[in-house]
Amino acid sequence: MNAITGSTALWYASRATGVVSLLLLSLVVMLGILVNRQGRLPGLPSFAVTGLHRSLSLLSVLFIGVHVATAVIDPYVSIRLAAVVIPFVSAYEPFWLGLGAVALDLVAALILTSLARARMSRRAWRGIHWLAYAAWPLAVVHSLGSSSDARGGLVLGVLAGCVLAVAAALAWRLSRAAREIPRAARAAAALSHMPARKADL
Amino acid sequence: MEERLRVNPVACAGHGACAELLPELITLDEWGYPIAADQPVPRGLRREARRAVSNCPALALALARVA
Amino acid sequence: MTDSLTLPPPALAPAAPGPAGLPRLLPAAGTVPADLRAHLARHGPLRYAGSPGRLAAEAAAAGLTGRGGAAFPVARKLDAAAQARPAPLVAGNGAEGEPASSKDRSLLWISPHLVLDGLQLAAEAARSTTAVLYVQRNQRLHARLAQAIAERAAAGVDAARVDLVPAPERFLAGEESALVSRLTGRPAVPAYRPVRGLPRLAPGRPALVQNVETLAHLALIARYGAAWFRLAGTESEPGSMLATLHLPGGRTSVTEVPLGIGLADLLGLDTVPAGPGGDIVPSAGGPVRAVLVGGYHGAWLPAAEAARLPLANAALRPLGAAVGAGVVAALPAGRCGLAETARVARYLALESAGQCGPCFNGLPRIAAALDHLAGPRPDQRARADLERWAGLAAGRGACHHPDGSVRFIRSALRVFAAEAGLHERGRCSGTDPRPFLPLPAGRPASDADWS
Repeated sequence: MNAITGSTALWYASRATGVVSLLLLSLVVMLGILVNRQGRLPGLPSFAVTGLHRSLSLLSVLFIGVHVATAVIDPYVSIRLAAVVIPFVSAYEPFWLGLGAVALDLVAALILTSLARARMSRRAWRGIHWLAYAAWPLAVVHSLGSSSDARGGLVLGVLAGCVLAVAAALAWRLSRAAREIPRAARAAAALSHMPARKADL
Repeated sequence: MEERLRVNPVACAGHGACAELLPELITLDEWGYPIAADQPVPRGLRREARRAVSNCPALALALARVA
Repeated sequence: MTDSLTLPPPALAPAAPGPAGLPRLLPAAGTVPADLRAHLARHGPLRYAGSPGRLAAEAAAAGLTGRGGAAFPVARKLDAAAQARPAPLVAGNGAEGEPASSKDRSLLWISPHLVLDGLQLAAEAARSTTAVLYVQRNQRLHARLAQAIAERAAAGVDAARVDLVPAPERFLAGEESALVSRLTGRPAVPAYRPVRGLPRLAPGRPALVQNVETLAHLALIARYGAAWFRLAGTESEPGSMLATLHLPGGRTSVTEVPLGIGLADLLGLDTVPAGPGGDIVPSAGGPVRAVLVGGYHGAWLPAAEAARLPLANAALRPLGAAVGAGVVAALPAGRCGLAETARVARYLALESAGQCGPCFNGLPRIAAALDHLAGPRPDQRARADLERWAGLAAGRGACHHPDGSVRFIRSALRVFAAEAGLHERGRCSGTDPRPFLPLPAGRPASDADWS
């Protein structure tokens, strides 16, 4: 009886932390979009946006860690430690978990490069950071496929909310980028906004 | 060994986080771009200066070691 | 001078006594381009230095400084190139983005082989087997240069392969880091360079960049020696240089002059003592109001003052001016100096690469304010705004475009202060509305214009 209760507790913990991880990752992506477009959160200074983006990403690492640890320790399903980082080698749901492993690898790359940001070239850091747009959808699909939770109810609702919110943020980013003045035209734009001289001599 | 703030004007996009975190040494011009004081960073502000450097989303702020 | 850690190598022994007097770079008469045979007949074969350090030593003894505008000691660059690892890419800079300058394209047209000789010498000094000639887009000029390069390849004269690269027609396309950026396939816009030294093509390979006129001088120094080079010019600024003159009658000419030549001789100004009649100085081409020295990043000088000065940095720098790339323009008395400066200021603003906030925000606003001052009864705040923006723009870009532009504009406000006073009262001393200083038509529309 105890074993089953203990296992169920671990399984619940893994699923719950999984949902929270996805929620946090979605917030991190949205905040990242805000940082990139120099958007502000109402009432907060500019450095709060970057600060929140970083803090929540580190918090998500914590939750992903617990999510993964509880899944591995749980004796009810067979998930090797290696399957956490190597995709598609787990005995339980190899495909859906494999997607999660890829997402985790990408998140690890994002976090590690960001911690070492000052030591790498700006171009290299930016290139790797674009992988966030691969990591997040993989995490979503992993959530949808790896357990029956997501087939309905609250969990599906949370997932849908995350997807809609990130999609809206992305649409906002793309529309802002489309209206951005290209670098070579910036001086001309500034000049055109200046009032012209009233008359000639 | 003194440290001075250096702004990379090409990378800088005028986010303004640096001026919020280090107002003693960085002010923003009327277009939102940083004016960093051209003086060595006082010891008491070194931690804040490092924080400002690491918080710049464009990695445009740096601390240069000047002998 | 040479690095103190290396022993000075033996100096080059001159091959022949050098030509007496001027011109040196340009032929004695006419503008017929010299083909390889004519070039060899006049100057003899190209004399390679024999080892990387020898050319630098001779350049140091000659006191040769760069002729692209910055007047940087050539020996120091050659030394840095000889010591750089890996071997630098060598580039001859013939972009000539300054609209008022035509000396580089004239030199490339008339004496391409001198430039190509110099490029080979620079490649030898940098231990490089390839070199690039970066020249402003001009089909005829490029065809001419390609032919010259092919001629040399057929004759087996060149040790390094030379590639011809077209430069975009932008003011900043010839800036050293913009050139380097263009050579790596990116747009020709300046880069941020926190550390002085040879520019680098990302990642890691350095570049040795020299103006084409500088290379031509090197080609002659290698043949005739440092002592010959010093026969012209002054003690601290030796040698000759090519100057682009804009004379009051409307004529433009490229001429080779010794450094230190009097501006009065150069422009045909009468050397009159400053009198109560104002700054107008008579000249062979008509009365002159002011003289612009150093191009559009240079400075205006009142004509009477300019008539007493030599074309030398020692005399010009204390007055806020500089020789630059040798552009000297004599503004006719009938033109309004403020209007001319305002036209150029607008051009300079639009030539901003758009990378640095203080530049692409400051220069357009400064140009607009100057346009107000060039008109009748300008707004009271225009002058104060201009000064504030000038203070914010200068020194805060990645390159010297905002600094040079501000220097040029501030000198105009100083020299044409009386004119500004007239404009405040709704008058102007200009009688001729035609533009005088040359500007290209059109302006940048997209990033593609920089490629």
